[in-house]
Amino acid sequence: MALETIDAAAKRGVLALQDYALLSARAVGDLFRRPFYRDDIFMQADIIGVGSLPIVILTGFFLGGVLALQSAATLAQFGAAAFTGQLVSFSMIKEIGPVVTALMVSGRNASGMASELGSMIVTEQIDAMRALGTDPLKKLVMPRIVATVVMLFFLVIISDAVGICGGGFVSIFMLGQDGSQYFHLSYQSLEYPDILQGLVKPIFFGFIIATIGCFYGMKTRGGTQGVGRSTTQAVVWSSILIIVCDFMVSRFMIGIFGR
Amino acid sequence: MSRDAGVNGGGNGATPPAAAGASSEPVVVFENVSIGFERKPVLENISFRVHAGEMRILLGPAGVGKSVLLKLVNGLLRPDSGRIFVFGKEITAMKEEDLFEIRGSIGTVFQEGALFDSLNVRDNVGYRLMEEHIPDDEITARVTEALRFVELEHTLDKFPSELSGGMRRRVAIARAIVTNPRLILYDSPTGGLDPITSTTIIELVMKQRDVSHTSSLVVTHRIQDAFVLAMHRFNRTTNQMEALPPHVTDPNTSFMMLHQGQLVFDGTTKELVHSNDAFIREYIS
Repeated sequence: MALETIDAAAKRGVLALQDYALLSARAVGDLFRRPFYRDDIFMQADIIGVGSLPIVILTGFFLGGVLALQSAATLAQFGAAAFTGQLVSFSMIKEIGPVVTALMVSGRNASGMASELGSMIVTEQIDAMRALGTDPLKKLVMPRIVATVVMLFFLVIISDAVGICGGGFVSIFMLGQDGSQYFHLSYQSLEYPDILQGLVKPIFFGFIIATIGCFYGMKTRGGTQGVGRSTTQAVVWSSILIIVCDFMVSRFMIGIFGR
Repeated sequence: MSRDAGVNGGGNGATPPAAAGASSEPVVVFENVSIGFERKPVLENISFRVHAGEMRILLGPAGVGKSVLLKLVNGLLRPDSGRIFVFGKEITAMKEEDLFEIRGSIGTVFQEGALFDSLNVRDNVGYRLMEEHIPDDEITARVTEALRFVELEHTLDKFPSELSGGMRRRVAIARAIVTNPRLILYDSPTGGLDPITSTTIIELVMKQRDVSHTSSLVVTHRIQDAFVLAMHRFNRTTNQMEALPPHVTDPNTSFMMLHQGQLVFDGTTKELVHSNDAFIREYIS
């Protein structure tokens, strides 16, 4: 009995992985097939990118601030409080900026995608779309993937910049550090691999957020309860995958660049 | 009793046997079609035909697989076995991209209307026209014409959430007919509606049958709606339906009945009424 349960669960897992891979591959392939839904991409970019801006700015600013607050105290024990700016910029650009921004966007948009597409599934709107001659993957999934990947890239840059400013605000006005030194060290200590690492991650994270959100939305079954379940699963799995992917990309980049 | 008994033999090509090239080529042909979900059979060895200008009414208790059968017709679901021909082309193994072309000639009215809730009535009805990049003025004109057919031309700018259940169903009919399809699939068009609104919807279905002579497959579990369709016709002059003379039924309207996954009846209204099958007698009584 237990073996049968494990067997069924394993089959479900493999099947879900196969469906996810197929959905992602087909949606990416749709980028190169006509019709190309440019207007839908812009609309999604507005919803995902511009709509997420306030939460990204707020979280970025306060994360930078709290990083400065915590690290300055520790660095001061070694007489290195002046390096607060360097630590904040390193942490924000390489790790915290991409990961936290992706998690915030995931919480807002992966859930939004899953619930929107899930509602469309249970009310037969997706079937209606297919019956009207439109491929839902092309019309609904592809624009969300493109918009999320592109907009998350820019959101992370904004988050990094705002985070460093937040750290600067705390360092200057609360810890009494020299502003010029803070920003000088923040900038000077950064090297090309650090920036590259921070900019490569959001591309992967954006892809994960959109594909997971759309995947759970498109496989919704069981009415409104099913929509709720899909929404929760989309946020949980996209968050987990973002963190797993962060580890893998970091390891890969450190392996290549040595930092 | 079975109208098309014996039509299922032979034919290995991509066109339905005995029909290819003929002027009376069936619009839809099902050949021993079976489908199941999670190892549970839903439809088994279903065979029937829908000819041009014909209205086939599919009866059966709730959950018997009527909607599944409709989804098989426009390729939204694929059968486990058997073959399905639509407009003479086998769609059973057709690619999704190729199916879009076939679906362009099929109008579908879903159970709850399935209108896009983020689009207004104009964009819902004109969705397919917008996808074809037809000029805006022409879209508005054609959408207004389709909405006039269902007497809702004043709702162009409204959203589905602002419409009543009956109005949503009428908009769904307008969306299905806006491209002048060769086949219309109605999935329980009166389900969940009050009797007066149901009559309005049935009248529209009848109007489409008698005015445009479009082939159609109507799924319903409401026997009274089915008999209204079979025993009335639409009068263009008075713009309303009227009863046919006693003992006369619409010659283009016939019935099918599903029970426990099987097609237990395929015949005319008279054959249905005079059937000796215990299940059918109980169902129509």
